This record gives sequence, structure tokens and C-alpha cells, in this order.
Amino acid sequence: MAKIIDDETMENVCILAKLSLSEEEKEKAKADMQKMLDYVEKLDELDTENVEPLSHIFGDTNVFREDVVTNGDDKEAMLANAPKAKEWQYQVPKTIG
Amino acid sequence: MDLEKLTALQLAEKIKQHQISVLDGVKHVFEQIEKKEPKIHAYLDTYKKEAYARAKQVQKGIEDGTYTGPLAGVPIAIKDNICIKGKTTTCASKILENFVPQYNAEVIDRLERAGLVIIGKTNMDEFAMGSTTETSAYGVTRNPWDTEHVPGGSSGGSCAAVAAGETYLALGSDTGGSIRQPSSFCGVTGIKPTYGTVSRYGLVAYASSLDQIGPVGKDVADCAALLEIIAGHDTKDSTSIERQDLNFTKDMEGKLMGMKFGVPKEYLAEGLNPEVKAAFMDALKILSQQGAIVEFFSMKTTEYMIPAYYIIASAEASSNLERFDGVKYGYRAKEYEGLHDMYKKTRTEGFGEEVKRRIMLGSFVLSSGYYDAYYLKALKTKALIKQEFDRAFEKYDVLLAPAAPYTAPKLGESLKDPLAMYLGDIYTVAVNLCGLPGITVPCGMDSAGLPVGIQMIGDCFMEKKILRAAKEYETCRGTFPTAEEGGRKA
Repeated sequence: MAKIIDDETMENVCILAKLSLSEEEKEKAKADMQKMLDYVEKLDELDTENVEPLSHIFGDTNVFREDVVTNGDDKEAMLANAPKAKEWQYQVPKTIG
Repeated sequence: MDLEKLTALQLAEKIKQHQISVLDGVKHVFEQIEKKEPKIHAYLDTYKKEAYARAKQVQKGIEDGTYTGPLAGVPIAIKDNICIKGKTTTCASKILENFVPQYNAEVIDRLERAGLVIIGKTNMDEFAMGSTTETSAYGVTRNPWDTEHVPGGSSGGSCAAVAAGETYLALGSDTGGSIRQPSSFCGVTGIKPTYGTVSRYGLVAYASSLDQIGPVGKDVADCAALLEIIAGHDTKDSTSIERQDLNFTKDMEGKLMGMKFGVPKEYLAEGLNPEVKAAFMDALKILSQQGAIVEFFSMKTTEYMIPAYYIIASAEASSNLERFDGVKYGYRAKEYEGLHDMYKKTRTEGFGEEVKRRIMLGSFVLSSGYYDAYYLKALKTKALIKQEFDRAFEKYDVLLAPAAPYTAPKLGESLKDPLAMYLGDIYTVAVNLCGLPGITVPCGMDSAGLPVGIQMIGDCFMEKKILRAAKEYETCRGTFPTAEEGGRKA
């Protein structure tokens, strides 16, 4: 039996996804997700008891490099797309009261 | 000279022989763009002025020996999720409507070093999430074979542009079939390389463990030549692989005698359109007639491929797309109260419906309490799918499948039922889950005159095998009509 997506779960998903949906959108999203979860429940048919999860196809070896700075001062480039910037910093709404 | 009839390699050859100038080729492409774009809308942006200037520079470079490659002077279009310095890169999303990259993707640097001429950015499904190019925030692209139909997706703009003759070559990206499926719908050729073969540096991430950039072109040789240019190790992408066998255009000619092809029986079961099946079976016949061994075998994990894919892809998407928060780049909501409200409003206003759907699904399957039941289960399923492909490649050189269960759907039909749309990815997603290379080559048409493509899948790093098979098949199949010749409303 697939997980039933109730209002509380939907609320949590919206918090995690950082989305604010209207009641109507929430209902639709709930139905869509329920349908999808009912469908992917199919995976339960597979016995994966002794199967190792596979994340990387070619093994999980880390790629290291020397900790050497290769880029220059890209301050201007880094801020070029900022919706709001001030004194060479990204500007966001007040976060501490 | 009939410029539209030339392949990219033929155009480059004629440029080398001074029969055509680089500017002639570029001008021709822009004439086609001006003529066809009002109907097709394959492009989100074009760079006529810069392309003309670049054409003159490349011409000089060819003459003085700077550019000696086989595609020097050829116009190319770029999918709009690949960064070009100074050029708006939107991913067909409102949230990146004003994003101007400050650096080039690795593939762009490689194209420039090879003397290609970039002519514009192509339309796509928003953040490459979709199979029709209808989720673009900037309007749909129409299929050049019949403008009532979609071009497929998510690289629909790239494939439509090649099919309409609005470019000679294009780059697309493929996360679950996004090059191979639209190539099939548009009657062009496209390759999804082995994972790690082409650098993802500068490709806006959708699902990092599945994404690969690949070529779209008029035929197999064009795609192989372009792949050779864009492939190669890049330290800026930690998943990039050091391969020695990147000379994809070498040894491409060769007979199919004795080559072993496997067809998963389950792929031909219920859900496959009979006309697509007929075109696919005709292609198998051609291969058999060339002395290839074609066998059917059982791929038992088939019905688990789409569930595993959509869990993994959505999970990675939800994580990758967290960066779009209105702080460092892109759209920021106009009115908000405090930081968190700014994040939420920015994302809610900036993302389209399909992207939100996948972010929400991904957030859910990764959330505490559900991670094991969904995400981990999908990764275990992926292991089983990989094992089955490994076993298949012990027996077969190349696996064959249609690229999609049907030809290009009509505009407006697919988005009504997202799950039904996802099911259409049945033949393509496992290739990404397992990191395999795949190519789509046109193999026939349905009764409405819409193209059908055959997909050839190789084991990891076996691009050369699928290229040889595809090239020989293409030769035996004979000339495939262009959209203009074969299409109904082009």
C-alpha cells in the first residue's frame, strides 16, 4: 500500500521544496504525487533484500586535486547576475531580528 | 549550390576546398531561420551579427592553418541549458530569464577551438524536464514534419532546428532520452554518450548522475565528428572520465557480418504503436540481411525502469534546483516579507508546473522516513537493471529498441496526464541509469508521415560499436527524406 499523501505531508513537502502553493494548487499537487507514488510502488515487487544500492556507475572513488587557487579576482563576474548587490556583496532581506 | 542538401562534414569539406565560404554557410542558415522560425520556433535567441563576424574570423583561421578540424566553419546551435559567456542562458525557465553566464561551458570552448560558428540557443523543456518541449516558459517548438505536432523533448529545439535546416549541427543534453527521443520525432540523428565522456561543466544540472551533453545532426558521420570534438577529460567536472579511445570517426566503416544484436522482448510488448513496431522490425530485417545476428531476449527489469528513473531523477533535481533562491542569480520575486518568504515566492513564481512537480516528488522521496522506501529502493533497482544490462552485453554487441513507443504526439495532448507522458520514456531511461551510450537513427515513417527512429545501445565506452552499426544501417537504409521533402506542413 503506497503512502497516502495527506495535508500534513504536503505541507512538509512544500517546506522542504521551498514552494508556496495555493489551496487549489496544493490539491492538484497532492493528487499528482499520490498517482505517482501509487505507480512507483511497483518497485516493492522486487526483492532487493541483498542488493547494494548503486549510486555511481563507475565506482565511488573520490577525485582529488591540490588545494591551489587557480582563479583570479572574479568579484565583478560573481556579482554580475545578483538580483540585488551592495558594496560587493549579495543583498538579501534582513535575516536577524 | 544546394546548401541545404549538404551535411556538416560536406559543408566543411567544401569550405576547405574554397568552393563555399564560411560566411555563405552561416548566411544560408540565417536565411532558413528567418523563413522558418515564425512557424517552428526552435530558437530562444540567435546571434546573427556575432556569427557573421565569427564566420570571417574562422575563414581566416582556416586559411592560416589555425582551424584544421573536420567541422571548421560549420554553424551550430546550442541547447539553452549550456552556458555561453555573455549570452542569456534561461533553461527555458522564467527563473533564469535574465541569467547571463560569466564563463563558457567546457563544450563551448571545445567548439570554439575547433572553429565552429555558434548561431543561437535552442528551446527546450524547462530545465530539461519534459518530453515535448511544451514545458518551456517561452512557448512551444513545432515539429518541422508537421507543425501540429511536438518535436519531442527535452532537446526539442535542437532537433527541430536540425530537421528544419535551420542549422547543420546542434548540441542537446540527455538525462532520460532528451536527445534520442526528439531525434526520433524529428527524423534526425542524435547521440547520448557514455556517462563522463563529455564534460558537464557549464551544463545547468537537472540530474547530475544521468545528464550528458551530446550531438544532434543530419547523419551518423556528422554526429560522430561532433562527438569527437566535444568529448574529452576535463578536470572541472569530477565525473569526467579519462578515455583513450575518443577517435570516434575512425574505423566507422565496416560490415555487420557476425555482429550480434539483442532486442529486449519486453520492449515490443503492449503499448508500442503498431506502425512504430513495423518500422522497427523493418530495420531489424535490414540488419539481418547484412549478416548481423539479431536475437530477442528477455529484459525482466523493464517495468521497473521508469519508476526507478523518476525517483532518482526527481531526487537529484530537487537537490540541484535548490540553488535557485533569488540570491545569487536569476529571478527574484518583487514583493516578500523576510528571507524565507523571498525564497518561496521567488521559486513559486519562477518555476513552471512540471519543474515544481518533480521538485516536490524529489523532496518527498529524500525526506526523513521515506528515503529508504523510495530513494534507496530506486538505487537498488538501478543495481538490478545494471546487472541485467551487463548480462545482455556479455551476449550482444549492441542492443536495439525503438526510441519511443509512438511518433510525435499532437501539441497540447501530453501535459494533461504527466504519468502517461513519463511512460513514453520506457525505451530511453535505462540507458541513463546505467551510463550507457545510445544513438537514434531515422528508420521509417508512420502512415501520417511522421518519422520513426531506431535506437542502438552499447555497453559503456562502446560508442564505436554503435557508431559502426548505425553507420552501416544508415547506408543500407538509403537516403532518408528531410522534413521539407517528407513533411506535410513544413
